[in-house]
Amino acid sequence: MTEKSDILIVGGGAAGMSAALAVTEHADRSVMVVDDNPHLGGQIWRAELGKTKSPDAAKLIEAIAGGKIRVVNDAQVFGTAGPDQLLAETPDGRLEIQYSKLIIATGARERFLPFPGWTLPGVFGAGGLQALVKGGLNIADKRVVIAGTGPLLLAVADYLKTKGARVLLIAEQTSAAKIRRFARGLWRSPDKMLQAAAMRARLVGIPYQTDCWVTRCTGPHEIKGGTRTLTVTLMRRGRSRSLDCDHVACGFHLVPNTELASLLGCRVADGFVSTDEFQRTSIDNISCAGEPTGIGGVESSLIEGRIAGLAAAGLESDASRLFPQRERTKRFTASLDRTFALRSELKRLATIDTIVCRCEDVTFGELTAFGNGREAKLQTRCGMGACQGRVCGAAAEFLFDWETGTVRPPIFPVRMENL
Amino acid sequence: MITLTINDQKFTVEDGTTVASAILSAGDTAFRTSVTGEPRGPLCGMGICFECRVTIDGDPHERSCTMLVRDGMEVATGD
Repeated sequence: MTEKSDILIVGGGAAGMSAALAVTEHADRSVMVVDDNPHLGGQIWRAELGKTKSPDAAKLIEAIAGGKIRVVNDAQVFGTAGPDQLLAETPDGRLEIQYSKLIIATGARERFLPFPGWTLPGVFGAGGLQALVKGGLNIADKRVVIAGTGPLLLAVADYLKTKGARVLLIAEQTSAAKIRRFARGLWRSPDKMLQAAAMRARLVGIPYQTDCWVTRCTGPHEIKGGTRTLTVTLMRRGRSRSLDCDHVACGFHLVPNTELASLLGCRVADGFVSTDEFQRTSIDNISCAGEPTGIGGVESSLIEGRIAGLAAAGLESDASRLFPQRERTKRFTASLDRTFALRSELKRLATIDTIVCRCEDVTFGELTAFGNGREAKLQTRCGMGACQGRVCGAAAEFLFDWETGTVRPPIFPVRMENL
Repeated sequence: MITLTINDQKFTVEDGTTVASAILSAGDTAFRTSVTGEPRGPLCGMGICFECRVTIDGDPHERSCTMLVRDGMEVATGD
């Protein structure tokens, strides 16, 4: 099937929805949003059993439904069909979309770091466990240890607690001093300050430890009564302690999804898609908004999406009026980077037997023999499995300072008949 | 409510549940077997890591975390 759209937006999260509405509210252009989820909202506003809970997200989704925007859900963009033409796989088969302008709003994923036991079933990402609970997993009375870094850990703890989980600990790897500086800076962004305060109030009773990180997970062990339990070991100020729990939720902040931008030849620098003041990439008719340009959270994504949409519709002067607002969110982006930078001790969590590439089961020991990611990939198949290096690539970048490899189509595994 | 079969056993879950969440709720945490034989379960919950792959209605290697349950669906883990 082939469709055409003046402006095509890949990604139905905050940035993508904001871009779509900016276009249709101000210009007469056909707009299409393709998204790989069953519902709009992206990761931050992921629907809970099919229902969108955030009032902000519900408003946007309603506006999109009421407009002339074509939305295609469950569609995974995996390649190109020709100039200005993308290919997606949908439950109904292959979809070709011809566009005049493209806005990439592909969001971010969690960074995972290998440590002994990170591959055990029951060890999830932090956002990963939250997504599974939103998808219907009952977490009531389950003992959860949350570890890693970033504001997401608090949001996940808050969410799991409202669902009845017993969150035993939030282990934040960054220092108390950095967290204090970050909290002091929040006044520049009133909404976030309120969110943070409200969240902390509800989190009372959950220990939040800075300078604390996971070193190992073992199990499952059978304990009395036949309960299966995981044991997670954490390090803090030179001392290690172990906790028994049902689930470990572990995420080390976010990494941008830049694969589509790379495939299309857009310039990517230091891991992020380069854009000009109108969110335009190095390729003439392609823009990018939200997390792929810098991890800045929902407010940054909304404003960048709006600017990208207006500029793509030819309304540069309207777009430029939003620059000061974006400038404020950029300060927040920078403070996130500073606050949640990974400490070097985390490079030494993996032992020689620890698997780094989960698709091909390549161990840390095997990888230490190589000087760059390309060599390692050719010799060990690291990053050549189903996830195409989305998990181990971000880990290797931190562990070995390897650059992210080149991107080849299809950027997601696809059925033969849809290629 | 939706009724589906997971490894030949019938389960009833709420509408809008993902297949991955249904499998976990059924008590299974090992979804697939890695190339060296390790049990693996979902990690990212958002269709990125491919650790949650199972067989759905005879189709192998389906990502269970991005797919919603349907009445009569047959799911098999352990690939």
